[in-house]
Parts: sequence; C-alpha cells; structure tokens
Amino acid sequence: MAEATGSSKRVERPLSPHLQIYRIQMTSVSSILTRITGHALMAGVILGVWWLLAAAVSEPYFALANAVMTSWFGKLVMTGSLWAVWYHYLAGLRHVLFDARLGLEIKTAEMLGWVCILGSVVLTVLTIVIV
Amino acid sequence: MHYMTDRKRAVGAGAAHTGTLQHWFMTVSGVALAVMLPVWLYLFGAAIGGTRDQVVAAFANPFTAILTALVLVVSMRHFAKGSAVMVEDYAQGAARKAGLIFVSSLAAVIATTGLYALIRIAL
Repeated sequence: MAEATGSSKRVERPLSPHLQIYRIQMTSVSSILTRITGHALMAGVILGVWWLLAAAVSEPYFALANAVMTSWFGKLVMTGSLWAVWYHYLAGLRHVLFDARLGLEIKTAEMLGWVCILGSVVLTVLTIVIV
Repeated sequence: MHYMTDRKRAVGAGAAHTGTLQHWFMTVSGVALAVMLPVWLYLFGAAIGGTRDQVVAAFANPFTAILTALVLVVSMRHFAKGSAVMVEDYAQGAARKAGLIFVSSLAAVIATTGLYALIRIAL
C-alpha cells in the first residue's frame, strides 16, 4: 500500500498461485485432472473416429486402422481414454452437485475428489471386465 | 444521470465478455453425455476387435448409429466450449483468437468425419 503512491518503481510481488511453494490439495488436483482428462480424451476420439471412417471406406483402409486400433499403442490409448472418460464423467457430476450448492464443505469436497479418482479406476476395470 | 441500467453496463464486462450461457451449455451437454455414455461405451467397446463386416453391422444398427451420432455432436460441442475456456485462461491476443478458432474447427472436423462414416455405413 505505502509503495503505491508517488513512486514509479513497481514492487516485485509473488504471483498467485506461487508454484514453488504451492501446497497441492485434493480439490486443486481433481480440478486440474478434469481439464487434462477432457483434453487427453481427444486422442481416443481421433483414433476412434479414424477407425470408424476406415471401416466405412474400404477393406484395406480398415485393415490399417484396425491394426493400429488393436496394437499395443491402440490399446494403450483406448484404455487411457476409458479411464479419462470415467474420471471426467465423475468430476462433471461433481460440478452438477456443486452447482446445486451441495458438497462444498472442504472435507466433503476433498472426499469427492477421492471418489472421482478411485471411482474412475473402479469403473475402468468394471468396463473392461463387462465389455 | 445514467439512462443505462446497471445490468446493461455489466454485460460483457467480465473476463470472457459473455454471461453464464457457456456454463449452462456445459451443464446441459454434460448431463446429456452422462446419460448416453454408459450405453455408448458398451456398444463401442464391443465393436472393437471385430472384422470389418462385424464393425459395419454394429454401426448399421439404427440405435447404435443414432446414439453414436448424438455422442459425437454433443461431445464435440462440449469439447469446443470447454477447451475454449482453457484457451481464454492461458492465451492472450492473437494466440487466443487462433486457439479459439483451432479448437472449434478441430471439433467440427472430427464430428463431421464421424457423421460421414456413420452415414456411409448406414446407406
């Protein structure tokens, strides 16, 4: 406050969030993961749409896309996407709860973060078992 | 004396220059996806690994085709609008504009390609 008047010199202040000393919390990690999973899902979407396009177009084209889809790389992308979609799914439902003014107490919000992370792993395993 | 209402002066003054429509769209599309995805994930997952004839037969099914089309369109709009928020958070000026155009275009290209494939399989 005192420095603000009369002086042209700007005081160097730490920017927020100050990453070197930032203590990560469940609420921030679960929020960042929502954004990361939402964007990472595009890998699975692009592979899936390409595979579908190839199936629609011709036999040789499908052979190529299907080889990629069923390779270790394709399986890695699809399994990763499956976890990402379940995480994003649960985190999105959490936002619907938050909008309804539910679960906003810190303890509950942190617990819901764990529900998203552990729940997404459970749902991923469950989907692989069922499908 | 101000003839403009408080609301009129406030509209567009936020960081995103728009109101709450974006947030509401994400809620509506998100809930729609939450309803559709469990069934769609099962259908899509079951189709992976099949021969071309099996895959074409799976997506020729009217229910699978319509559901896949809906998931594609809704999810790509959901992505475009959600990704736009990220661009607005991290980029300024020309980079922001380029980023917004890019994510919106990418979503449109993917959705249209998927719809083309579905129509070609259906016909």
